[in-house]
Amino acid sequence: MDTSAENAIRVMTLEAFADTFVPGEKRSPDDVAIAGAAEGPGAVVAGAIELLELPATGVAAGLDDIVSTLNDHASDYAAEHDIALDDAVPPFVGLDYQQRSALMRVLTAPDHPEKEFWVLTAMFCFMAFDTGAHMDTITAMENGHPGLTMMGFAKPDADGLWRFPDYSYGRQLARSHPGTTPNGDPA
Amino acid sequence: MTSAERTDILVIGSGFGGAITAYHLAAGGAKVVILERGPWVPSDEFDQGFELGTSSTRIFDFVAGDGMSILGGNCVGGGSVVYFATMPRAPRFAFERQGSIGRRMWPSVINRDALEPWYDRVAEALPLSPQTWDQVPYPGGLWAAACNHAGRTANLPNVAIDTALCTNCNWMMAGCKFDAKRSLLLNYLPAAVAHGAEIRPLHEVQKITKVDDFYRVHYNVMDEVDYRETTSGGSIDAKIVIVAAGAGATPVILQRSEPELGKMPHGVGRYFSGNGERLNTAVIDEDRAREVLGLSRPNGKAYAANQIGRGPTVVCWDHLDGSLPEHSRFALEQLYFPPGLGTILAQAPGVDGPGWFGPEKKEMLRHWESWLTIFILSEDNNEGVFGPPPPTGNAVRISQQMLGRGALSYEPTKETLRGWAEADAEIKNILERDGLAKVRPWTNDLVGAYTVHPLSSCRIGDDPATSALDHRHELRNHPGIFVTDGSAVPGALTVNPALTIAALAERAIPGIVAAAQERGINVKYGAPAPDGARSAARAVTPLLPSLVAR
Repeated sequence: MDTSAENAIRVMTLEAFADTFVPGEKRSPDDVAIAGAAEGPGAVVAGAIELLELPATGVAAGLDDIVSTLNDHASDYAAEHDIALDDAVPPFVGLDYQQRSALMRVLTAPDHPEKEFWVLTAMFCFMAFDTGAHMDTITAMENGHPGLTMMGFAKPDADGLWRFPDYSYGRQLARSHPGTTPNGDPA
Repeated sequence: MTSAERTDILVIGSGFGGAITAYHLAAGGAKVVILERGPWVPSDEFDQGFELGTSSTRIFDFVAGDGMSILGGNCVGGGSVVYFATMPRAPRFAFERQGSIGRRMWPSVINRDALEPWYDRVAEALPLSPQTWDQVPYPGGLWAAACNHAGRTANLPNVAIDTALCTNCNWMMAGCKFDAKRSLLLNYLPAAVAHGAEIRPLHEVQKITKVDDFYRVHYNVMDEVDYRETTSGGSIDAKIVIVAAGAGATPVILQRSEPELGKMPHGVGRYFSGNGERLNTAVIDEDRAREVLGLSRPNGKAYAANQIGRGPTVVCWDHLDGSLPEHSRFALEQLYFPPGLGTILAQAPGVDGPGWFGPEKKEMLRHWESWLTIFILSEDNNEGVFGPPPPTGNAVRISQQMLGRGALSYEPTKETLRGWAEADAEIKNILERDGLAKVRPWTNDLVGAYTVHPLSSCRIGDDPATSALDHRHELRNHPGIFVTDGSAVPGALTVNPALTIAALAERAIPGIVAAAQERGINVKYGAPAPDGARSAARAVTPLLPSLVAR
């Protein structure tokens, strides 16, 4: 297999993996990596693969193993469940969203021997979406980073710093515990 | 043998346990060197941002264990730089706890009354300030209103924050750019340096050995960017060693030292407590918040303010009742948990089975502005045990910064689980009342339970079988080694523990000074607060003889 074909398998598999955790809409009608299980962009478009590929994460060097192991699991899963896989795409990509999701529930279950490995990799997929940790946060905000934007993460002030001058209801909203000491501690 | 570098007192770690001891001992005349594993980051280098390599990962450590993961500081100033500066005193009953050992866990000479003068010293030193209702950020206000609606009370704990300087930006876990948070970088540490203490950042202590009358402390120097790499190493000899590397690291250093230093007390690396911590995330129904609680903001929204504030500001202390059975006592504290490491653990309400990923979780993220996170601080059962130490440090580092895999294992007992279930139910009772919110606890299935307040892994006590330290914080059978960080606290406190850790460190100083004097070190006790204030220092003077007695 040539390098570009191997790379295509790697990217599609990782994209399908990331899309399982924070799903998104297909980028085009023929998008097979993204299953299209949710509206709006998900972890893939938010930068999950860019983040996973950063050496700083500590998982980049192991991504080939992740891809091959995941596809092995997907083949086994398909065989167990009489699912006919499309040979044109990697086995995990050949599963539909419900099947991908069911497989990941098995692999991340508390008693699965590979749980830590899958949870760690999934965590970076979440981080790509909810922090954009692969890039400067102000740049991410300026570029309309899909995760931070969808979450409603506030924009910084013009100097690049966050401040919230509107921050308080400004009034007492509950009684203090009657046993509170004079200096404000629990008794 | 080449002559090693020497100092009077070597301090491992620069959080509360290290900074407070270093200050007093340096001010008293001793030569003090502090070795700190993390970098020394001044406040103008603190970043507001999530990018890997910014201060949010440089100064912060997440160590995954088997059943328990620990979040903690990794920088000069330790936990004080990354924490939320919430500083309540521990309730009276916390000192009377027995846990599973069938006797009082705390030394007989320490109870709330005995610790009050030491709490006062820290309160004067940092200093602490009360909060006022007109300055409570929206998430705290919402939690207070929900508690009130359910017939509960809600309190504003004291904080080590100058609220006049605070911008309520909620970036305080990456360090406070505005110096509003009164971390140790603003009080004890500069005062220690002014008295001649030397702080060496990026020096990770590996083990302690003994050479003649000195302890030899061995360290690696860490690469300033990639903490998986070391650039050099060395050792320093000292007559007294203060171990204050944090409850996730102190026992590991001592375990690694055992082959050469001699047998460690049974309590080293056992009885770890996660302070009974657990999180729930609610998604607030904005319409119901307006209708039920009568809340509104100038921008017309009822809440939608998850991002706004300064960590936890409002807490329900209704279950801090000493007449309740142990493990049924807990605080419920509103908290901000920034995006990143924790988001994966929040579970979408209303989903059967695991709700931590998938379309429903994404939908939950769409309402992130309306999240309200509630932090349970309860009584666990000191279940944590540290396995064999990793080759270096307290974890096998996975990422260049922040993320590692440690040797802690933690299997919650039924008592701990019962406390969590009761606290979960109470949160649900308060927040789901009248359709105000949907709430669900974070999953423990992925990285185990989760603590930001690791405790008790090398604790004080009267019983040598269940405590590693005597009441003076000296390591049993290893005279001259003292432990003054969170690992010395005997058990979960049901409140944020930093003030208690700091008060215990203050209380330990007279005993350490006496031990130093016995070894010929020219040091005296009696320094004022770092800014020169003396009223709390005067108040502890009559207590000193009792703190020196073994």
